[in-house]
Amino acid sequence: MLPAQPNGCNSPDMSLWVIQRDLLLAMRRRADVLTTLFFFIIVVSLFPLGVGPEINMLRTMAPGVVWVAALLASMLSLGRMFSSDYLDGTLEQMLLSPQSLSMLVLGKALAHWLVTGVPLVLMSPVLGIQYDLSTEALLVLTASLLLGTPVLSLIGAIGAALTLGLRGGGVLVSLLVLPLYIPVLIFGAGAVEASAAGLGAGAHLSLLGAFLLVSLVLAPWAAAVSLRISME
Amino acid sequence: MAINWFKYSSPASFYFLAGKMIPLFTIAAIILFAVGLYIGFFVAPTDFQQGEAYRIIFIHVPAAWMSMFLYVMMAIWAGIGLAFNTRLSSMMATAIAPTGAMFTFLALWTGALWGKPMWGAWWVWDARLTSELILLFLYIGFMSLQAAIDDPRRADKAGAVIALVGVVNIPIIYFSVKWWNTLHQGASVSITQSPKMATTMLTGMLIMSIACWMYAIAVILMRTRTIILERERHTVWVGELQGVTK
Amino acid sequence: MIWASWSDFFSMGGYGFYVWGSYLVAFACIAGEIALVFNRKRTLLKHLSLIHESTKEEKRNETTS
Repeated sequence: MLPAQPNGCNSPDMSLWVIQRDLLLAMRRRADVLTTLFFFIIVVSLFPLGVGPEINMLRTMAPGVVWVAALLASMLSLGRMFSSDYLDGTLEQMLLSPQSLSMLVLGKALAHWLVTGVPLVLMSPVLGIQYDLSTEALLVLTASLLLGTPVLSLIGAIGAALTLGLRGGGVLVSLLVLPLYIPVLIFGAGAVEASAAGLGAGAHLSLLGAFLLVSLVLAPWAAAVSLRISME
Repeated sequence: MAINWFKYSSPASFYFLAGKMIPLFTIAAIILFAVGLYIGFFVAPTDFQQGEAYRIIFIHVPAAWMSMFLYVMMAIWAGIGLAFNTRLSSMMATAIAPTGAMFTFLALWTGALWGKPMWGAWWVWDARLTSELILLFLYIGFMSLQAAIDDPRRADKAGAVIALVGVVNIPIIYFSVKWWNTLHQGASVSITQSPKMATTMLTGMLIMSIACWMYAIAVILMRTRTIILERERHTVWVGELQGVTK
Repeated sequence: MIWASWSDFFSMGGYGFYVWGSYLVAFACIAGEIALVFNRKRTLLKHLSLIHESTKEEKRNETTS
């Protein structure tokens, strides 16, 4: 049963309501939250085993490895963003509701970010230590992840909406969405590299901020259009 | 007199129009290829710096231009199909994708073969080659999304969304990759700078580009006609057509 | 004519492998794509004519039986 909907709720409340509802659902199945986090930890810890323990190499590789692992982890759980609602029919109710669908999708994407993105951001300093990153680099890495992971969830929402209910949708979503993640990956990992090289990460972080603002505006709208297409 | 713009937007009438246009473009492509290759190999002088290896430019640059141009055309047709719900525009977008992907692969392949003698490595992570590789991923994403959806109407619209999202991202991807690493030789043919190349080289390349364009139109129209037949198989006119072409 | 002889032309100043490698693959891609489109159309027409035949037979059976 849906939690009591605040009466006369205009659209911003709508996305807050969706976030609150999704977080509630996520907490009930805490395992899903942890699987994404453990996937992130395992992938990041695998690289030294593959590449060797030589510390200088690891230090230069760290931002790229952490960022690629964050990309894959957030993409793994994209499939679940709409599928549970799609299967039990609440998604259709959401489509029919008078509230604007893009605010609803924005709520969904931010809920997905809270469930998958934020744990990665909190865990990244710990993993950074594993790669012997300096504290300043750790700070920049966490900041870049904090700015970048919501963009991953927002763009991922478009992919998830497009591949709703398709067989083999999981792999397909990665094929659609990975090319679009590349600018975020470049500037995310680049921020740490630039700060390590003494150039300062200001430029990279501001670009990540720009990506965030643009995708906050455009991605929900595109995902709403995709949802309507998939649910026709 | 009012031009009836929409006369050819119905698949049936477009099918016959395309049938008449394909031979024209095929002949134009063949002639232009012949002229372009002749100029490229027999008229253009030896490059003082790269010797004969530079002759790959006559296929590499046209292929790269075509790959980007076709992606934009695909996005435009997909956008029109999404906005006006015209089935034929979406069919055109679906028909463009494989040719665009082929030209992207060709640009990568000839780029690598040109890079080996010039830079000493088959693959160099330079800005243009990397963006071309990402463009190939965008094409593959579009085609696999459309292949995964059975209902053609949903496939068209879903493909349109991913094509439009992709075309918005191409400049972002290009400049972020360029920011990330710029090793590639400065644009020898860019609209702003005067071409640093001998005129015969330039004319050879431009003729080859137009030849690739003619070829692309011919192949895309052929594929569009096949898609029209596939999707209109239950209609009367295909039945009659079928009777005729036994 | 820039080239002294045909063998000079094919060696392409030592870069023959690269130049002809790229042009051969270019030609193969174009020919391959044309073949694919024709093949797709042929199998479709064959498929359609099969349906056409089967519907015709059904009609004939209906009329005769």
